[in-house]
Amino acid sequence: MSKCRIPLGPFHPLLEEAEFFNIKVEGEKVVDIEMETGWMHRGHEKISETKTFTQSIFLVERICGICSTSHPFACVNAIEDIDNIEIPERAKYIRVLIGELERIHSHLLWVCLAGHFIGYDTLWMWAWKYREPILQLSEMITGNRNHYAMMRVGGVGRDFDNSLIPKIIPVLDMIEKKMVMLAGAANDDPVLRSRLKGVGVLTKEDAINYCANGPTARASGVDIDVRRDDPTAYEVVDVKVIVTPNGDVYDKLVVRVLEIIESCHIIKQCLKAFEKVQGPIINKVKEISPGEGIGRYEAPRGEVFHYIRSDGSNRPLRHKVRAPSFSNIPTYKASCVGIPLADALITLASVDPCYCCTERSIKAFDINGKKIEHNLLHLSRKKTERLQRELIPKEKSLIDGIFDLSLSR
Amino acid sequence: MFLKYLFYLLIFPGFLFASVFGMIVGWVDRKVSARVQFRVGPPFFQNFYDIFKLWGKEVILVKNSPYFIFLIAPIIAFASVLITSTLVGTAFFFNLSIGGDLIFIIYLMMIYSVALILGASSTGNIYSSIGAGREMKLLLSDELAFILVILVPIIQAGYKIDLTQILIYQQANGMIIGSASGIIAFIVGIICLQAKMAMQPFDIAHAETEIIDGVLIEYSGTLLAFWKLSHFIMYVFLPMLLVILFWGGISFASVGSIIAGVLKYLLIVVLMILIKNTNPRIRIDTAISFFWKYASPLALVAVILAIFGV
Repeated sequence: MSKCRIPLGPFHPLLEEAEFFNIKVEGEKVVDIEMETGWMHRGHEKISETKTFTQSIFLVERICGICSTSHPFACVNAIEDIDNIEIPERAKYIRVLIGELERIHSHLLWVCLAGHFIGYDTLWMWAWKYREPILQLSEMITGNRNHYAMMRVGGVGRDFDNSLIPKIIPVLDMIEKKMVMLAGAANDDPVLRSRLKGVGVLTKEDAINYCANGPTARASGVDIDVRRDDPTAYEVVDVKVIVTPNGDVYDKLVVRVLEIIESCHIIKQCLKAFEKVQGPIINKVKEISPGEGIGRYEAPRGEVFHYIRSDGSNRPLRHKVRAPSFSNIPTYKASCVGIPLADALITLASVDPCYCCTERSIKAFDINGKKIEHNLLHLSRKKTERLQRELIPKEKSLIDGIFDLSLSR
Repeated sequence: MFLKYLFYLLIFPGFLFASVFGMIVGWVDRKVSARVQFRVGPPFFQNFYDIFKLWGKEVILVKNSPYFIFLIAPIIAFASVLITSTLVGTAFFFNLSIGGDLIFIIYLMMIYSVALILGASSTGNIYSSIGAGREMKLLLSDELAFILVILVPIIQAGYKIDLTQILIYQQANGMIIGSASGIIAFIVGIICLQAKMAMQPFDIAHAETEIIDGVLIEYSGTLLAFWKLSHFIMYVFLPMLLVILFWGGISFASVGSIIAGVLKYLLIVVLMILIKNTNPRIRIDTAISFFWKYASPLALVAVILAIFGV
């Protein structure tokens, strides 16, 4: 059977963001997959060097719209790590509360998208319906549905209003009940199970070799979670890490659904603590001394890592961000090869990739250290043309139809 | 006589009626789906707006592709669907046979799928090639079950392959759905319709999140409008066909019987919409094994039962 290539992207309904996968198939079977990153040009790290520490917290919040408190969380962890700044206990609870609310809505969003990708739009809309109250809770607590802007160096920016507790509890109970229902439905529905069970298996060895993290690794039986292993605020609550053994898409669904339930439990612990723990929510930090610090946080997709070096001024000298998808995306090589195309696509979505988290380029240099192009738009177009040239001579008859129009411009 | 047939083909129950009614049923589909999914749904005339707008849009042709097949495929498909709709409609509304039997209907419905495959593979687009391959596999898997399903009323009516004869048999001897073989064949028939209509769980050839509407990806403007309209017309005559074959058709004797006939039709439509909304899209190999392992043998059992008169 002859091989042919399916260009998945840079713009494709499966991918919410610009990303390019070159899938080689024999009939319906995937035999190879190549990943091309670098379709988005962000420059957050460079911009961060021109901002003060407090401003960069708000900047990194804009790295990702979904996990928009994970990056600030890791960023303040890194800044606090430079001077070993302690934060008040109430601030820890508030940080945990915001982080877990975000985890619930992010996992629910993944359920929506996974449902959409396997053509189950009803699941998509239902999960969307359950996500909405969580966003409203976020708005009640922080003032924003997204981009909460709660993290500060030394604490949080806004106190939690204890009178909100009776409003939050019923929503959490509802979410827990619905998640139990969803897990039951995934287990009972034969059609849904045939699409998820045993599909896109990522073995434990592969998960370790590719340095997978977050739910992707935990679904493959790797027992890692920054919330438990290296807690910065999470030591005040009891975190149960969900691990499942099989590594297929079904297990990734189960891990996420159970994590939503676990997040509800953590939030309830926080709510209980708020009645007892009073006091300040922020320790004033006058200046950051020279040095370097790292911050880790378990984002909904896995471990997010921030490195910050300070020279004693009020701006970071270097700010490095590594998002969880950076190490999760290459696991496709292990999980997608050898399975049908229809399964490969849900496997691509199953690690919940976030490309805008992953990519940040600002300048490109050639091997001699010379700047290649100033104009990023031009660079992007050249890359597109190069890829088209590479694709077309090999399968001219097949690919012609797609790229002819764009090439002639 | 000729004018009368032309009226059947173009006005009622052919082109005009089937198009308008099909778009209305298409709206019912979208509205029910939306309500199931906690959405509001489109306004009543949305499908009309869509089709009329598509009709006026330019057709973009693919460079280096055989234009003729690309252009002629939607026309052939539309024509075959239109003739099927006329045949089924005249039997449904007037209890009248205008010269086509069930074999002819099966044949015409296969032409629709073949035209879809030809049109999709003529473009050379990789996504539509995959879609065409999937459509072909789906056709090979659901066709046998569908033919076996249609055999049941044929056998029960005393080996008559004419729709009106089957209706006459049911008026005399009760509905075919009342028998054991009839109910089995009816259930398999609804699943086959789901595959013929390319609705979930069998929208494998379209699969918008995988292969971007696969078979129709290169079609635009008027040609796409033809495909969409063919699909809307299938909403009209496929459930009607099931009502005629298994459920005794519609009778215009009294208001009650008219309402009963419309309700039968709507029940099948809503059942199909609910199946569509409670299932994910399955893989093509699962679909093939489902039809060959479960649906076709079940239909075969129904045929054997029908031969023994159960």
